[in-house]
Amino acid sequence: MSATSAAGSVLMKHPVGLHARPSVKLTKLAKTFGCRIEMAQHAAGPWIDAKSIVKVMALKAPRDTTLHFRAEGEGAAEAVKALSALVERNFDEDHADAATS
Amino acid sequence: MPQPVERVGRPASPGIFAGPIIQLLRREAPDEEADCDALSEEDALRDAIEQATAELGALCDSAPEHAKGMVEFQLAMLEDPSLLEPLMERIMTGRSAAYAWQSVMAAQIADYEAAEDDYFRARAGDLADLGDRVLRLLAGDTDAALPAGAILIGEDLPPSRFLEIDWSRGGAIALMRGSPLSHVAILARARGVPMVTGLGEVPADGHSEAIVDGTAGRIVLSPDATARSSLAESTRAFAEKEKQAERYRAQAAVTTDGVAVKVMINVADPAETAAIDSDHCDGIGLMRTEFLFRDGRPLPDEEEQYRAYRRLLEWAGDKPVTVRTLDAGGDKPIAGLTPEHETNSFLGVRGLRLSLQRPSVFRVQLRALGRAAVHGNLKVMWPMVTVPEEFIAAAALFDEELAAMRGQGIACARPPLGMMIEVPFPALMPKLFGMAGFFSIGSNDLTQYLAAAARDNPAVSGLADSAYPAVALVIGKLAGFAAARRVELSICGDLASDAGKVPELLALGLRSLSVAPAALGRVKAAVCRSRVGGDA
Repeated sequence: MSATSAAGSVLMKHPVGLHARPSVKLTKLAKTFGCRIEMAQHAAGPWIDAKSIVKVMALKAPRDTTLHFRAEGEGAAEAVKALSALVERNFDEDHADAATS
Repeated sequence: MPQPVERVGRPASPGIFAGPIIQLLRREAPDEEADCDALSEEDALRDAIEQATAELGALCDSAPEHAKGMVEFQLAMLEDPSLLEPLMERIMTGRSAAYAWQSVMAAQIADYEAAEDDYFRARAGDLADLGDRVLRLLAGDTDAALPAGAILIGEDLPPSRFLEIDWSRGGAIALMRGSPLSHVAILARARGVPMVTGLGEVPADGHSEAIVDGTAGRIVLSPDATARSSLAESTRAFAEKEKQAERYRAQAAVTTDGVAVKVMINVADPAETAAIDSDHCDGIGLMRTEFLFRDGRPLPDEEEQYRAYRRLLEWAGDKPVTVRTLDAGGDKPIAGLTPEHETNSFLGVRGLRLSLQRPSVFRVQLRALGRAAVHGNLKVMWPMVTVPEEFIAAAALFDEELAAMRGQGIACARPPLGMMIEVPFPALMPKLFGMAGFFSIGSNDLTQYLAAAARDNPAVSGLADSAYPAVALVIGKLAGFAAARRVELSICGDLASDAGKVPELLALGLRSLSVAPAALGRVKAAVCRSRVGGDA
């Protein structure tokens, strides 16, 4: 498979935003892909490494932020799709989890 | 055997434990030396990180569900090359591994502490915890494995170290600093480990045993026979009461003669609600908002406040959440906001007086409350009201902000407005305050003003206790007034959390109590054993 690139965006509805647990899940998922994956709160950037918890948490993205993803390399399209789906699923957390973690 | 030594601090988790003491080591901040061997420092750092990862990995499997998030976050931080890069840069310039780690973590912690959102700010504590673990490993400290069944005495205890200890064999925590609101205190309460914070210097050298009474908030080093026998009695009584209280926590509070009593909770930090099932109380009778206005931090903006209030409303569902506007001043100064050189701060610019003098700060809070009101059963309460004009002025400001927001198309609502009764004037003449939708008695301040004895002065605290009959007289009159006018009256001071006082408060006519979350079961149990007689 040749190198490809992909991009996408998704609205984050998680009640407390991109906090520790969602960030951990997001970076873990990103690391399962070999391609370079970046994310941003604005389409114009700044773009940060979606595999770095330090950088992802530093965004301090609140609820109702639109998260933008872009990826380059093998599996880029799958990576963007998987990360967007994770955000859409509210990081597989229910409200009780969000309140305590 | 050394003489007994007693220290009193703030109760953080109830219960009593006697046993051997372990003093936690104090760590000095690493020096900024600049001639270290980079290769050996790098090795030391990598070893420490590897060891910390192994420890946290083991912890992750055994940690309770509500603490796993913190451990997973710490593990992810350790695995992140972005954290390692600035560390290596510092080590390459000859700094020690400990100094490099300390300074990189300090920068990260400062970044989180400056966050607007209280959730992100709370992560600063998780990072400090991680910072402490790696520094300890770098220093080769030997107290890494803390023994079971002991009393830990130290300045503070990071939550992850709490999680490493086998508490099934008992144990207790006595901290010189710390707070009952800290993460480790929440963990201790959830696990039932007695804990006291804010003890000040504890001269534990030379002592080998102690008793910690987490209910009363005290520690006795080298207890003598008298202290031990009173301990045995309190332990029995405490265990029995806790057993009973647990049974009552989930039940409705109804007296033996069928009078229903509302039992709500006082909350100082939204994190406290995580451990409480909202079905077990009748709502929040007092939500303090001082947690948003922490000393030394930027004032919270509207969005941050709105999110905090909204989260509480979502937790409470359709139950009432009574938010008290900022009650700074007195013993709760905030730099840059409260007056600096007041000779008598308890009688000075505090509570609503301060908000009315600083309307620009107050308006931000009012807007956030107006927006949050559409998300649940919000009530807003003014603190330290003295005269009706203050109530009216505050309500007028609120109405102005609501009108402005409606003009901008912002969703908002006007919640019921009420007031604390803590100043003697409204306590004696409540009929002048017909504009108040509800009242809540702040018994701590009311007591100190009736006794003219400052709360923060131990030399006169006995006077406050002696003033109780006057406080009871005023409460009884207020209850009579509220019943006649059919206006809602509650009490949110420490009196309400004192299970021993509950029968008397009910006899005085109170039917709504707002209590410390830890006292919920005890207070409900006391209600269920009470008989008020006559009609409600």
